[in-house]
Amino acid sequence: MAIVVLFMVPILAGLLGTALPSFGYWPGDSTRALHVQPWRDLADAPGLGQAIFTSVFSGVGATVLSLVIAVSFTASWSNSKISLLVSRSTAPLLAVPHAAFAIGFAFLFIPSGWLIRIITPWLSGWSAPPDYLFIQDLHGVGLMVALVCKELFFLLLVMQAALSQIDAQKYLSVTRTLGSWPVCAWLKVIFPMIYPQIRLPLYAVLAYSLSVVDMSMIVGPATPPSLSVLAVNWMQDPDIGTRLQGAAAALLLFGIVVIAVLGWRGLEKIVIACGRAWIFNGPRTFAEKFTHWISGIATSLILVVSGFALISLVLWSFADVWRFPAALPSEFTLRTWIGAWDGLKVHSISTFILAIVSGAVALLLGLGILENEYWKGARPKVAGQFFLYMPLMIPQVSFLFGLQVALVYLNIDGSWLAVVWSHLVFVVPYVFLIFADPFRNLDPRFTKTALSLGKPPFTVLRTVKIPLLKAPMAIAFAVGFSVSVSQYLATLFPGVGKIQTLTTEAVTLAAGGDRRDLGAYGLAQFMLPLIVFSIAAAVAARHTRTL
Amino acid sequence: MYARQVWLAEGWVGNVVFRVSWSAVLIVFVSVMHCAFAAADDRPWPDVLEDAKGQAVYWHAWGGDRNVNQYIDWVADEVRSQFGVTLRHVKVRNISETVTLLMAEKAAGRSQDGRIDLLWLNGENFAALKSEDLLYGPFAESLPNFQLVDTENKPTTVKDFTIPTEGFESPWGMAQLIFYADRDRVKEPPNNLDELAFWLQNNPGRFTYPAPPDFTGTTWLKQILWTLISDKDRLYQPVQESDFVEVSKPLWEYLDLIHPHLWRSGRTFPQTYPALRQLLSDREIDIAFSFNPAEVANAILNGSLPPSVAPIKVGAATIGNTHFVAIPRTSGSVEGALVVANFLLSPRAQAHKADPRVWGDPTVLDVVRLPADAAQLFADIDRLPTANDSKFTQSIAEEPHPSWTEMLEKEWRNRYAR
Amino acid sequence: MPLDIRERYKDWKMNTEDMPGLTLKDVSLHVKGHKLLGPLSLSVEEGHVATLMGPSGAGKSSLLAFVSGTLSPDIIASGSVHLDGRRIDGLNPEERRVGLLFQDDLLFPHLSILENVAFGIPRTVRGRRARAELALSALGEAGLEGFRDKMPMTLSGGQRARISLLRVLLSEPRALLLDEPFSAFDTTLRHQMHEFVFAHVKASRLPTLLVTHDKSDADAAGGPVIEIS
Repeated sequence: MAIVVLFMVPILAGLLGTALPSFGYWPGDSTRALHVQPWRDLADAPGLGQAIFTSVFSGVGATVLSLVIAVSFTASWSNSKISLLVSRSTAPLLAVPHAAFAIGFAFLFIPSGWLIRIITPWLSGWSAPPDYLFIQDLHGVGLMVALVCKELFFLLLVMQAALSQIDAQKYLSVTRTLGSWPVCAWLKVIFPMIYPQIRLPLYAVLAYSLSVVDMSMIVGPATPPSLSVLAVNWMQDPDIGTRLQGAAAALLLFGIVVIAVLGWRGLEKIVIACGRAWIFNGPRTFAEKFTHWISGIATSLILVVSGFALISLVLWSFADVWRFPAALPSEFTLRTWIGAWDGLKVHSISTFILAIVSGAVALLLGLGILENEYWKGARPKVAGQFFLYMPLMIPQVSFLFGLQVALVYLNIDGSWLAVVWSHLVFVVPYVFLIFADPFRNLDPRFTKTALSLGKPPFTVLRTVKIPLLKAPMAIAFAVGFSVSVSQYLATLFPGVGKIQTLTTEAVTLAAGGDRRDLGAYGLAQFMLPLIVFSIAAAVAARHTRTL
Repeated sequence: MYARQVWLAEGWVGNVVFRVSWSAVLIVFVSVMHCAFAAADDRPWPDVLEDAKGQAVYWHAWGGDRNVNQYIDWVADEVRSQFGVTLRHVKVRNISETVTLLMAEKAAGRSQDGRIDLLWLNGENFAALKSEDLLYGPFAESLPNFQLVDTENKPTTVKDFTIPTEGFESPWGMAQLIFYADRDRVKEPPNNLDELAFWLQNNPGRFTYPAPPDFTGTTWLKQILWTLISDKDRLYQPVQESDFVEVSKPLWEYLDLIHPHLWRSGRTFPQTYPALRQLLSDREIDIAFSFNPAEVANAILNGSLPPSVAPIKVGAATIGNTHFVAIPRTSGSVEGALVVANFLLSPRAQAHKADPRVWGDPTVLDVVRLPADAAQLFADIDRLPTANDSKFTQSIAEEPHPSWTEMLEKEWRNRYAR
Repeated sequence: MPLDIRERYKDWKMNTEDMPGLTLKDVSLHVKGHKLLGPLSLSVEEGHVATLMGPSGAGKSSLLAFVSGTLSPDIIASGSVHLDGRRIDGLNPEERRVGLLFQDDLLFPHLSILENVAFGIPRTVRGRRARAELALSALGEAGLEGFRDKMPMTLSGGQRARISLLRVLLSEPRALLLDEPFSAFDTTLRHQMHEFVFAHVKASRLPTLLVTHDKSDADAAGGPVIEIS
């Protein structure tokens, strides 16, 4: 219970920090009154409609596209060598921090970027880069594709975790011998069985895609940017009125996320109803060959693109001169790494400590809450869940302002405690997401057997439940770890600059700085989660029944 | 009469005692008055140095440029070895993040022992913090090295966007809008805005500017307006909403004229200045501009730009300003911050900064009036082979009133960012 | 050959040389280099049940998987399987018309009983009403029509097992594979299930392979017993 209270405080503070300013209440300002002027300013703001469109189009589009590709890939290619390759690559690709990935991705596709350089001038005959707009295109298509690259692998991971809980192979055998072709069989039987498990991560993906800021700044449209970027820009304007308008925009974005999630839920019901009718009519196939090839091509392409985005970062970190139209750097150097080395050492340590502590505490908290729930026989309440996941849905800038006020008030800003606490706010939802359903779906017979053998509850937990849950726990920890590594504002604000991580150092570079420095820092940021993810994947593989 | 007789009577000892005692009274009186009225900045400098020893100063400054970061690292080494002050560079993406932190402090009611000790800022952020009464000061003019600052020829060192600093911020570098081009590809660069527009028609897609509210982009807007406006004095007074549209018409007409010929046909813009420079390096554009006059020399030296790039003169004068450091009122290491601010003004620090091999940021000091050994430092820089670029001079136009910034940004977004 | 069967399976070509029914020729299974099972040859006539018995791990389930086409990729198989004169070991599982029943009923938890049973009904039966009627009549024959709208979780093990068999039968297989389907039942229920399953097998004239540990299953099946070691 105390844990829950401890958790609620920052969330409430964050929420108030967003809501109050949007209604004109700015602490410390002489004009402390509640009024709706910020909302009027917001309505008048130029480009608001286009910004909302960009956010919704790229956010919902990316989620739908990732889901479709993930489902069709798993349905057509399960049990094959390719799926093994893909599941081995999810670890590294999930470990790449968003901003670094976005930079690599942008570098691949911009007119003066790597793809064009490879074919210029010998194939294209160009002497200067062509003029097309994909990255930063007006409607957010570039952003959507970049989001899909990251989210596809997250969804695949989540689906793997869900599949490990059911005996998918046996069900598929039965369904296929009953006459359904593979994709059709998978959609009719397996997908409905695992959907409850992937539903929450899916909502998280939806919320993230709608409110993403750093990727949107790099690959999203600029004039006007997505709603999330607009909100951030306004919130940092020196003029108070604009800041209030930013808070209103943040609240609007939160509202959009809520509506999107509710809309998705409604859509689920429709799909379920139609799905049952479809199943009852007994079709045998579902575009089998088409799905097979398209999903294979799409997933391979995304894998290749992501891989090359990463490789470009590596190349840049060792490059001295790399100009258009050279396909590879013309001069290499170690200068970048040498110059960054001291900083990298120190910051890697602090990043690592923060991430380990956050991940571990989050896991313990999750265990505690879930065990408590189990013994009390309580069902997870909707309101409770809502509060837990709220930090994922509100733009961080506004959320963190409210939190910061609370931290300063308690005079703990600048301390490790404050930073860990802030990280936890964002790490716990993700850890919970991955970990809660496997825990809840654990066969109760194991526990009952152990209890009947006379073991007290804690021992049961330690000796029976935890070993059974090694796989989801490992993955949840790895995800929590990388979420902590990638926190920028959540480290800068509570840490007030006293605690610096790789990300606080690197983010400033990401705003269009030298690609060489960015390559080095991006790689360093990537290394830590990569190691943790690889270990987690190995643990998970050993403890999971085959796909 | 009586005093004189006493003096004559007591002899020279009495004379001295008399004088000393009166001086003592005077000193005590003056000190008391100072302590009562002024902030601690009027303390004698040795006291400040003493208190600063062992303090940790957290300096929040933009960290997006390798050169700047390395320069600040050098400053940190120097102040540690010379004064025992530990300087930590907190890299921020945008100083408004720090402003937000300070506002959070104010909201939570903190009045001292704050975690932020020094900020690199100017313009609107300074105005915002000053009006919120979040800055410590006045302190700048009591810094020993402030006397070396060229406040006469560089008036922006005491006036930030036409607002007098009143000693609440201390200058440490100069900036000026300077254009540059890839001379391999631009054989005859334009000399003014009209020629630029003409050049664009013949070379579509080879120039652009960062989108406001990036400060470089906003300065570009101000530059055009300053060049084309009929009555320049209007810019130095607060903007009037009533006739803003009318007064700023030349700017929008110019932009409407060139937008179709810009990079990506003006459908999108780079978000920051470094992105603009990267475009030139990537050969997507041929002309760009920067706020650092020695940008070109410095960038060529560290490989960010090809050697064929050189500055070009576009227009009779370009906007310039000064960047400052300020100290939050709530800082817990005020003395340390003062020491750092003072060091930044020292000839040694200024010369190192102006060296194009390091950063190339121009000095705020009056080089002519410096003592010989200090002036030598600057002369050495002048003798560097790349110095020709950094000596590229163009007259400086002052920044308009900050209220113009806000309105220009808003109007730009209204017109081009829908 | 009975007329109705010939009517129903007109699309199948009959090779008069081979016997109708299920035939395995020289089937061997290898995993990780060493031999799991075989070579094995056997033949099952329509309506008859061949029982495979042997210790666990001898590869009996894998043999069934091979016949049904759901063999795990790390097991290498050789030999051939013939059904009604057609060679089926190269076909996809959904094309083989071989039904599979496990110890677990594996009823789909998200579908109702009626939907489960109707799942495998071929496309030749068109329209909701026709399919529902067919499924309902099958349930009715087994006395289980009252459960039509219930979810599988709410039924007992025996009921679920019977429904699982009905599901398989409605998909009109040409052979049936039973992988220890009675192991979870006590003696009485087991006896009931024997009657239920083998009666249907005979009525549908399906060649059936039964894998089991239990001798009573083999006795009830009444067919040849093959020992696998």
